[in-house]
Amino acid sequence: MSETQAAKTPKKPIPHGVPDPKQFMHPVLLRNIGNWKYHDRPRPGVLHHVAKSGDEVWTVRAGTQRQMDVWTIRKLCDIADQYGDSYMRFTIRSNVEMTVADPNKVEPLIKALEENGFPVGGTGNSMSMVAHTQGWLHCDIPGTDASGVVKSLMDALYDEFKNEELPNRLHLSTSCCEINCGGQADIAVIVQHTKPPKINHDLVANVCERPAVVARCPVAAIRPALVNGKPSLEVDEKKCVCCGACFPPCPPMQINDPVHTKLAVWVGGKNSNARGRPTFMKMVAAGLPNNPPRWPEVTEVVLKIVRAYKEDGRPWERVADWIDRIGWPRFFERTGLTFTKYLIDDYKHARQSLNASTHVRF
Amino acid sequence: MAKPMHPTPLLDELEKGPWPSFVTGLKRLAKDKDLVVDLLGQLETSYETRLGYWKGGTVSVFGYGAGVIPRFTELKDENGNPKFPDAAEFHTLRVMPPAGMHYSTEILRKLCDIWERWGSGLIALHGQSGDIMFQGCTTENVQNAWEEINALGFDLGGAGAAVRTSMSCVGAARCEQSCYNEAEAHRAVINSVLSYIHRPSLPYKFKFKFSGCPNDCMNSVQRSDFAVIGIWRDNIQTDEELARRWVEKNGGKEGAIANVSDWVVNRCPTKAIQLKRANQVRQGDSISSVRLTDEWALEIDNRDCVRCMHCINVMTGALAPGKDRGAAILIGGKRTLKIGDLMGTLIIPFMKLDTDEDRQKLVEFAHKVIEFFEENALEHERIGEMIDRIGLPTFLEAMGIDPDPNMVIHPRTNPFVRTDGWDEEVARLKAKKEVKTA
Ligand code: HEM
Ligand code: SF4
Ligand code: SF4
Ligand code: SF4
Ligand code: SF4
Repeated sequence: MSETQAAKTPKKPIPHGVPDPKQFMHPVLLRNIGNWKYHDRPRPGVLHHVAKSGDEVWTVRAGTQRQMDVWTIRKLCDIADQYGDSYMRFTIRSNVEMTVADPNKVEPLIKALEENGFPVGGTGNSMSMVAHTQGWLHCDIPGTDASGVVKSLMDALYDEFKNEELPNRLHLSTSCCEINCGGQADIAVIVQHTKPPKINHDLVANVCERPAVVARCPVAAIRPALVNGKPSLEVDEKKCVCCGACFPPCPPMQINDPVHTKLAVWVGGKNSNARGRPTFMKMVAAGLPNNPPRWPEVTEVVLKIVRAYKEDGRPWERVADWIDRIGWPRFFERTGLTFTKYLIDDYKHARQSLNASTHVRF
Repeated sequence: MAKPMHPTPLLDELEKGPWPSFVTGLKRLAKDKDLVVDLLGQLETSYETRLGYWKGGTVSVFGYGAGVIPRFTELKDENGNPKFPDAAEFHTLRVMPPAGMHYSTEILRKLCDIWERWGSGLIALHGQSGDIMFQGCTTENVQNAWEEINALGFDLGGAGAAVRTSMSCVGAARCEQSCYNEAEAHRAVINSVLSYIHRPSLPYKFKFKFSGCPNDCMNSVQRSDFAVIGIWRDNIQTDEELARRWVEKNGGKEGAIANVSDWVVNRCPTKAIQLKRANQVRQGDSISSVRLTDEWALEIDNRDCVRCMHCINVMTGALAPGKDRGAAILIGGKRTLKIGDLMGTLIIPFMKLDTDEDRQKLVEFAHKVIEFFEENALEHERIGEMIDRIGLPTFLEAMGIDPDPNMVIHPRTNPFVRTDGWDEEVARLKAKKEVKTA
């Protein structure tokens, strides 16, 4: 098959651009675009939307593994064909949403999803699926895996996905290098390297554009050098902050290490404008071992934070709002995490995060 | 039937527990695909050694310069041969999803069939930039898979120094908070910059994201160079029937008032919303109000409201965005490398996006921004970093946008600026204002 196929002339691409979603949209959504009145949640995992026209739809949200084999996707299609209205969409956090126009379809649809292993939940003040990245499965620079960390976290926090028992919604992300494709979140797990890159000097001249690599370093720790008579690069290890930025443009600057690549946990990122302005997350724990297949140390730290938030948070407080109220001393006390000198910013604009007041909590 | 599986004791651990397992899915694919048998072999090795084994390269489809992420194995034996030869090539096709990520089962089945035919059968719904990621294809099969995907009406996404795949929220299709038609705006903008997607030629990546309201479900403020976020200019709308129903559900006549006070009034960032005796509610052009009970009402002074969405989120339907809707544009958001995180900052406080003509203005502005970025950014510099380097005033002048106090949290706190153009600038802005109000 492949020989004859490969021999044919390739077709010129048709630049369709972004497909029009109208062709794939539930008909009730289609006829009420821009015309919705309100929604409520009859139970966790179900959204009930009412249009100004009086039309109503029920949407069942369920978790997926994001990295899906065609059989899993076909299973979702079978469920949507048999119990739903043959339409679905996916959320930014890889949850599947099946919308139906008949309320009597909701319970059987929930049952079918759950029987096939797709937990129903992730709505309102619950924890949604972890936004995550590629990891060892497919990226060329990862310090850890993505899907495995996420699976472990979601197993541990399964009930928080299925129930709406948190102060507000809880968004998590994981990232397998400091580039952080997973993005800002209420709680994020991100690789944090702890040693400067180990340079394979034999390869640098051939593989790396040296000035570009020098320019990539945030702390100007890299300079061109001759090593064993060959043009290479050298790193001022006192300056290096082990960020790994030099690794993608120059793979011989090996930053990943089975022992010294660790994980850090960050909290308090929020993209919504609700209440305060959007916030960036802050590092609260580091040095956690990169421990496949289930990363128990990471899960434990995340669980501590989730539990404290669940107990202390008031209704509608996101993690950032909660910490704003209770303050950092109590955050560390409540979570049992240790505040160390490494958590005090000393990079550019560090002063912005220092306390220039006598506002002190005891 | 594929070849026998390699033992995967570590990955097997990820089949335990209640959450859906990607390992179980991969094993299912491995029943018919040698490619996946060997992928599992390599992944298990990564779990043992705690190292990754992919490297990039160059693979593309005919006619495009981006959209395929090449992956070649680096896990070789002492003779330089791949340890898992059937997974030696494992490329990804990034494909742009329909705006809002809506699918019929029919189209999903067709996409699955194509990927089962030419690839590994592993599909991510979706990547963090929003792509449908068809993962695991040999160099030879990339073109075949692509032609069939393309024939279904789908197009490749961006990679490298290109405009990237974009995302828009469900918005107008199913969300009452939506302030513009996200899918239409998303398609109007992205489909006008396809050459920047398919042929990377920018100093660095450039991302658009479209959220229908300030809840910003697409996380556009932190993750896109050009964030289009829905907002309204007039007064918050109210609905007494839904307000009274909310009271019934949330503590009844007695309890609900305390809840409104704790959950809504106390959390309003500007204290624009007040709980009042129903007979003391003010009237006026900027006032919205709604009765909760016979005795109590909420009053909002919309001049003080920053459109944060909080009260509307709590009492959805009872409170709603106004009628004069559109979008704000924030530019320069990005994640950490290399100067640290940047949020997008407000460049256009409001523009209408109701009609094709309105959307055309957005498209023109997007082009102006990209062209300026293309000409002025340094290599590997995102637009947020570029604006930091040249200063926002310079960027605004280049865009022909007048300064607006909404663009800052407060005016400058240092004197290091040359102000000898002050009088002319004041005169220019005043003259413009008079023309507007005349
Ligand atoms: C060197 C190899 C890199 C690989 C293999 C890689 C891989 C990926 C992948 C697979 C995604 C999801 C893509 C999608 O949805 O289509 C992604 C998203 C992302 N990447 Fe990368 N990436 C790389 C480099 C970078 C760099 C250098 C940066 C930043 C300076 C970066 C920042 C991001 C961010 C912030 C996202 C999330 C995007 C969003 O939310 O729109 N990546 N990356
Ligand atoms: S976070 Fe880093 S390692 Fe992980 S997918 Fe993104 S670029 Fe690759
Ligand atoms: S790891 Fe980061 S800080 Fe260290 S040399 Fe590389 S780019 Fe510079
Ligand atoms: S961003 Fe706003 S309009 Fe869009 S889905 Fe979220 S809440 Fe709805
Ligand atoms: S939208 Fe936000 S700022 Fe405006 S009244 Fe409601 S809570 Fe206050």
